[in-house]
Amino acid sequence: MRFKYDDTRASWGLRLSAGAVILFLHIPIWIIFLYAFTTEEASFRFPPPGLTTQWFGVTLQRADFWEAFSLSLRTAAVATAIALVIGTLASMALARTRFFGREPISLLILLPIALPGIVTGIALRSAIGLTGVDFNFWTIVVGHATFAVVTVYNNVVARLRRVSYSLTEASMDLGASPFQTFWYVVLPNIASSLLAGALLAFALSFDEVIVTTFTAGPQQTLPIWIFSQLTRPRDRPVTNVVALLVMLATFIPIILAYRLTQDSHTERN
Amino acid sequence: MNATSSPMRRLATFFYLHPSWALVVLLFPILAWLGVVYFGSILALLTQSFYSLDYFSGLINRQFTLATYAQLFTPANLEIFNRTFMMSVMVTIACAVIAFPLGYYMGYFASPRVKGTLYLMVLLPLWSSYIVRVYSWKLILAQEGIFTWVITKLGLLWLLEWVLELPVIGGPSLSFSFIGTFLVFVYIWLPYMILPINAAIERVPRSLLQASADLGATPATTLRKVILPLAFPGIVAGSIFTFSLTLGDYIIPGVIGNSRYFIGQAVYAHQGTAGNIPLAAAMTVVPIIIMLCYLLVARRLGAFDAL
Repeated sequence: MRFKYDDTRASWGLRLSAGAVILFLHIPIWIIFLYAFTTEEASFRFPPPGLTTQWFGVTLQRADFWEAFSLSLRTAAVATAIALVIGTLASMALARTRFFGREPISLLILLPIALPGIVTGIALRSAIGLTGVDFNFWTIVVGHATFAVVTVYNNVVARLRRVSYSLTEASMDLGASPFQTFWYVVLPNIASSLLAGALLAFALSFDEVIVTTFTAGPQQTLPIWIFSQLTRPRDRPVTNVVALLVMLATFIPIILAYRLTQDSHTERN
Repeated sequence: MNATSSPMRRLATFFYLHPSWALVVLLFPILAWLGVVYFGSILALLTQSFYSLDYFSGLINRQFTLATYAQLFTPANLEIFNRTFMMSVMVTIACAVIAFPLGYYMGYFASPRVKGTLYLMVLLPLWSSYIVRVYSWKLILAQEGIFTWVITKLGLLWLLEWVLELPVIGGPSLSFSFIGTFLVFVYIWLPYMILPINAAIERVPRSLLQASADLGATPATTLRKVILPLAFPGIVAGSIFTFSLTLGDYIIPGVIGNSRYFIGQAVYAHQGTAGNIPLAAAMTVVPIIIMLCYLLVARRLGAFDAL
């Protein structure tokens, strides 16, 4: 009994290192919040010489900011809508059925996120080059939708596996058509996972930069605007504010998506 | 009676009686999308890699040639492949070492409430803006930034200066050195390693650990002989992401690092102003082949069951 394995309390060493990893993950995010308020214009000096909110006003008056923001918003919305339809249909097909070719298809769906982003980027760029299509709004959307589909699919397929199939059977036994069954029985059960998948797909698309640089041509989405500032810094204070705004724009959907998937989880248990 | 004759109802009955047709209808959109857009593009990539750039006119010569692939074997390009590969290996090892304590704590000791909080705290950096998180390291590692400030307060400035003077990995400041690039890679991909380790450890039955203790193993022996081997598939699963993402990234070494190229940067440069899409395409085939081999090995090590 000397070596009784204590399975309820972690050693202090383990707790400290786990805490340190969490701090490592989060301190850089706090830094973004701090620098959006610094009065320093020319360098990244720490500690900031003073704090101000003036750069928010300056940023909101910049036409290039609004153009990039609007393009990001529109591409993310359209890519999410496409992903929602295609991803949901695919998850309904693959959640419970067994058929020849099921495994290869599920693997295929994961491929766009398993291979490096640059592969998708240069592949789409090659196709654009071969077909002679001009860069436009839709070339960006197509790239985004390809990985957004995977996000929606993953969320919905996980939920469908938990929803009992007997509900569907009962609905059909009572005379509902598959369409009625989908609308009144299946949809309410998977609604929160659809929304969570859509929110994550939106956050991912709103923020995407690696594939987008290959498919956008001269167009600037908000992440591309930040990237151009990183390589040739001109407006540091404005970049700091935009960084904070983009951070918040991705934070909110993530927290909402987490809440949505957690709630249904606890209900079920 | 009326319901059975409505076209909607007949369609529904048809799909109910022929589930394989229902499957075809449900799967058609995704197969069409991935088949045409994704595989079509990959095919276009492979096609382009067998074309070549006419350096005099700057136009792409659409004739089959292996000359573009031959260009991959110049010493400069081989060095780029080697550098990127070594970086991916080091980043993956560092991520595994750093992620393990948190994954272990989350998967084994944390109460459900603490675990939920920790889970969200790992998800936030995972999903939140990639480009902004890279930018934050520009702020941190700048010469006048917070990192130098903390080091100075600790009285360790001499150590930082000594490290920066080292050949190859050093540089004028951390933000222009390989150490900086390495740090940011580890930071950005770390959550991808934490989650699979956590998932693998959650699945280790507690009775195994009690048995190990009953048989006289110290906690350290149990960790080494029972927990680590069972968590290993999770580490391999996480390494697929850390390795693949490092292999293909061109933003991080461009923002934090010196001017020595990684594969992604070279691809980006070739397709950009140079307009040499064939060479960019041929270069991309290298990470694709490395990743396919990696996935085959990972599958053997049981990583796919841990995903």
